[in-house]
Amino acid sequence: MKRIVTIETRDLAKSAVNGGCGECQTSCQSACKTSCGVANQLCENREEK
Amino acid sequence: MIHQYKLNGYNIVLDVYSGAVHVVDEVAYDIIGMYENTPKDEIVTRILNKYPDRTDVTEKDVLDCIDDIEALKAQGKLFTKDTYEGMAFDFKRRSNDIKALCLHVAHTCNLNCQYCFASQGKYQGERAIMSYEVGKQAIDFLVEHSGSHVNLEVDFFGGEPLMNWDTVKRLVEYARSIEREKNKHFRFTLTTNGVLVDDEVIDFSNREMHNVVMSLDGRREVHDRFRKDYAGNGSYDKVVPKFQKFARARGDREYYIRGTYTHYNTDFTKDIFHMADLGFTKLSMEPVVCSPDDPCALTEEDLPVLFEQYEILAKDMLRREREGHPITFYHYMIDLKHGPCIYKRISGCGSGTEYMAVTPWGDLYPCHQFVGDEKYLMGNVWEGVKNTDLRDKFKLCNVYARRDCDDCWAKLYCSGGCPANAYHATGEITGTYEYGCKLFRKRMECAIMMEAAKSLGAENGQS
Ligand code: SF4
Ligand code: SF4
Repeated sequence: MKRIVTIETRDLAKSAVNGGCGECQTSCQSACKTSCGVANQLCENREEK
Repeated sequence: MIHQYKLNGYNIVLDVYSGAVHVVDEVAYDIIGMYENTPKDEIVTRILNKYPDRTDVTEKDVLDCIDDIEALKAQGKLFTKDTYEGMAFDFKRRSNDIKALCLHVAHTCNLNCQYCFASQGKYQGERAIMSYEVGKQAIDFLVEHSGSHVNLEVDFFGGEPLMNWDTVKRLVEYARSIEREKNKHFRFTLTTNGVLVDDEVIDFSNREMHNVVMSLDGRREVHDRFRKDYAGNGSYDKVVPKFQKFARARGDREYYIRGTYTHYNTDFTKDIFHMADLGFTKLSMEPVVCSPDDPCALTEEDLPVLFEQYEILAKDMLRREREGHPITFYHYMIDLKHGPCIYKRISGCGSGTEYMAVTPWGDLYPCHQFVGDEKYLMGNVWEGVKNTDLRDKFKLCNVYARRDCDDCWAKLYCSGGCPANAYHATGEITGTYEYGCKLFRKRMECAIMMEAAKSLGAENGQS
């Protein structure tokens, strides 16, 4: 594609099929403690990395 | 839904529901912006009018670009539809497993920080220290209610947890002693103001703590403005050398230097860079959360300044990375390839469901920020969760429960935000704290831009 470069990302729609194991950290647990975001969490599902 | 923005020379198009990120030139940027509600021939006319002197912008080019857009759409990478909402409404049936506890081992503090949401560590109550028995019961409660989860998180929090250090150590020892038999793995976090850090604390933490969070606000005058002892003396000189030693000793283990910025230091990147100058590399800086009449509260006028600060930070971090001495900033850590699945992204922070806070006397609250607010008392570590209505309310407190989030492009990065902030700002846990949202969206724009810059740089061999 001439004008569009697509960055490699996890396909969220597909993650509806292979996600949901729940082993990842809870969202407010590491550094911030006053507000959260989920995007900075890492997926811990080894099979789906 | 898509989100388009320009930052640091990049034209970025984010496809909200698939998570795809595209970096495009300005022509494609304009075409994508028109695509959904403009007929093709109209798009061609407008683009040719806008770029009359460009030899690379002919009718064929525009039509080719539209073909590319349609191909991406067919691949589920552009204009993807929302198919997740139904999943969120199923959450009431979600399991009641708990996987993280915040143990308030000491409702007391050796500092007297003016902005502390816990009012000098006491959470609007009496000074209190958690006994070993209460802590042990909390760990048993966690294990018992953790279902099939293997990784369990326990946070030692306060007040200042080092004021009850012996109990912390005994609790770690106890938890480790049952790991094998129960098939669990504990990850401990210690949050500290640094005053009582010594070699013994450092050694023990390096063996046992998965993460250490050290509170430092940045430049001496900024830190000392709020973080004072009871005699009114700033704590910067006392804690900085200790944190430096601690951070060095952590090696590649996790730690965070965590600051709070307020209306008094809206130039907070200076504080972040100051932390970097002190040798720290894992940094976090949070906007203060307080009542709007408080003089340290951030104002509407501060917003453009703060936005600019976040951009300065992002650009400077890219520079540092290129030069081989990178720093990480908690809110810019985003892994586009291995980030959370959609379940995680729509289910909220987990407060009151998979995460709870335990008071020194064993009461359960939805999270550390609700401690002390009797309306939010959930139960205790002996009898478990008694207020199941409250738990159900938190279970359903996800991004689809907030009408304000419907049209927000950042919803799958934010998951609906912090219920505690929403509660403090609007009186409802399902409200939204607009000010926080604006900062959040800015941070995500910066973080995504940085990821795009890095991945394009890598492609061009610059890394
Ligand atoms: S940033 Fe605000 S509006 Fe957007 S999803 Fe988060 S809470 Fe909702
Ligand atoms: S309610 Fe807010 S402070 Fe509490 S765990 Fe959730 S994100 Fe963190």
